[in-house]
Amino acid sequence: MIELSNLCLLLVILINFFTLGSARLVACIRAVALQGALISLLPCLAHGISGHTLMLFGSAFAFKGVFIPWLLLRAIREVRIRREVEAIIGFVPTLIIGAMLTAGAFIFADFLPLFPEHQGGLYVPTSLATLFAGFMLLMSRRKAITQVLGYLMLENGIFIFGMLLTEAMPLMVEAGVLLDLLVGIFVMGIVINQINREFSSVDTARLSALKE
Amino acid sequence: MVVDGIIHLVLLLVFAPLLQGVITRTKALFAGRTGAPLLQPYYDLARLWRKGFVLSRTTTWVFLAGPVVGVAVPILASLLLPFGGLRAPVSFEGDLILFVYLFALSRFFVASAALDTGSSFEGMGAAREVTFSCLAEPTVLFSLIVLARLSGGLSLGGLLGPGLNAAWITAAAPLGLIVVCLFVVLLVENSRIPFDDPNTHLELTMIHEVMVLDHSGPALGMVLYGSALKLMVLGSVIVRLALPLQTGYRFSDALVYLAGLILLAVLIGIVESTMARLRLVRVPQVLIGTMLISIFALVLVLR
Repeated sequence: MIELSNLCLLLVILINFFTLGSARLVACIRAVALQGALISLLPCLAHGISGHTLMLFGSAFAFKGVFIPWLLLRAIREVRIRREVEAIIGFVPTLIIGAMLTAGAFIFADFLPLFPEHQGGLYVPTSLATLFAGFMLLMSRRKAITQVLGYLMLENGIFIFGMLLTEAMPLMVEAGVLLDLLVGIFVMGIVINQINREFSSVDTARLSALKE
Repeated sequence: MVVDGIIHLVLLLVFAPLLQGVITRTKALFAGRTGAPLLQPYYDLARLWRKGFVLSRTTTWVFLAGPVVGVAVPILASLLLPFGGLRAPVSFEGDLILFVYLFALSRFFVASAALDTGSSFEGMGAAREVTFSCLAEPTVLFSLIVLARLSGGLSLGGLLGPGLNAAWITAAAPLGLIVVCLFVVLLVENSRIPFDDPNTHLELTMIHEVMVLDHSGPALGMVLYGSALKLMVLGSVIVRLALPLQTGYRFSDALVYLAGLILLAVLIGIVESTMARLRLVRVPQVLIGTMLISIFALVLVLR
């Protein structure tokens, strides 16, 4: 079980790198969907199979792995964009910064005053690394879709951190978080369409320019 | 030790071109063709060996040194490496540095030979080849450091020795990561498809092939043979890492090793037939990505 969950967490980190380094939006969305599917497995792997963890698995898989990616894929089909053209920070620099943040997360996690059973595991560093990668994506990209992806990755990181205390976390809280996320994605989808209609591109930098 | 050395050399010298044959055969099968016979690389080498040299008047001895070093270096490097379960004939502390820089030496000579012709295309190819290798080198070194950390030794014989089975149980994740990284390096170093196309006819897109355009006859044969040897030597690192079986008998070890190599060649063929070539600007990005993954593997091991 521990081996399997470690494998999942490693794949999550590799997907972080991939999303930071890739310019293709469809590939990025699929990667984040895969990441969502992987982390939805974690409750079962970390705490054994029970009604509670199965519910968590089902809801997280349905939302993070299937529904939200489907919404995003539909959104980019409507506004006809394929790739992130000009990132604010280039792809290689974001990759390098992302790797440094990941290494930093590993070092930082060793200094945290955690419970002994959580010390040395991969959960805390992976969740921090995913959080940072989400932040990087939010900061360094111009397209609203990639920013939504960054937001999703941020939430994935929080979800992984929540794994440490699933037993204490009521299902309602998790359901509320997922609902918030869903509403957020909906709003972003509408906003993306509006930006596209107004400026005929989805560059968020246009929003800060004043109109004559 | 002498027996080990002889077995190593015989395996290397006899079976190296076969891998190229397996790769082309796999690609042909994917394309729905019958393809060239498996032994075609051997026929090619024999044909080239019977031809004469054509040497440009502007070239010097450096031009011929390129192919010679290109053949000699993989042979020397193979002696430092265990072939599957077969022990390395020569092994001393720190030989992993020698292993990496032997290949740097051959690259230097191949690039110098290309520059020696004075052709602008060959200079371009040399520049590209050297750029990509210098990006691939950190990945190799970090991967070797990971292995050194796991095994506690500094010789390739120890790194890829019998300790690997235990390492796969305790540290499967970093080992898996570096196998992937080394596979990417193998594709770059042997100019295989996502990074370079060995069959391309367009000089502008060539990387490695453009450097050997001016070689002919036996020299071209040596270049081809050298690249086959290099593929086998670098491939045997991956085969050993991914398939750390040790039967204890030389014959069965050699069989397992060769089966692993052929699997690897089929895998390369599959990658070549299913992937498109990367744009030239994307190659450094991918290489930096693999370097970061190997550093990440190191972080995992050091924790």
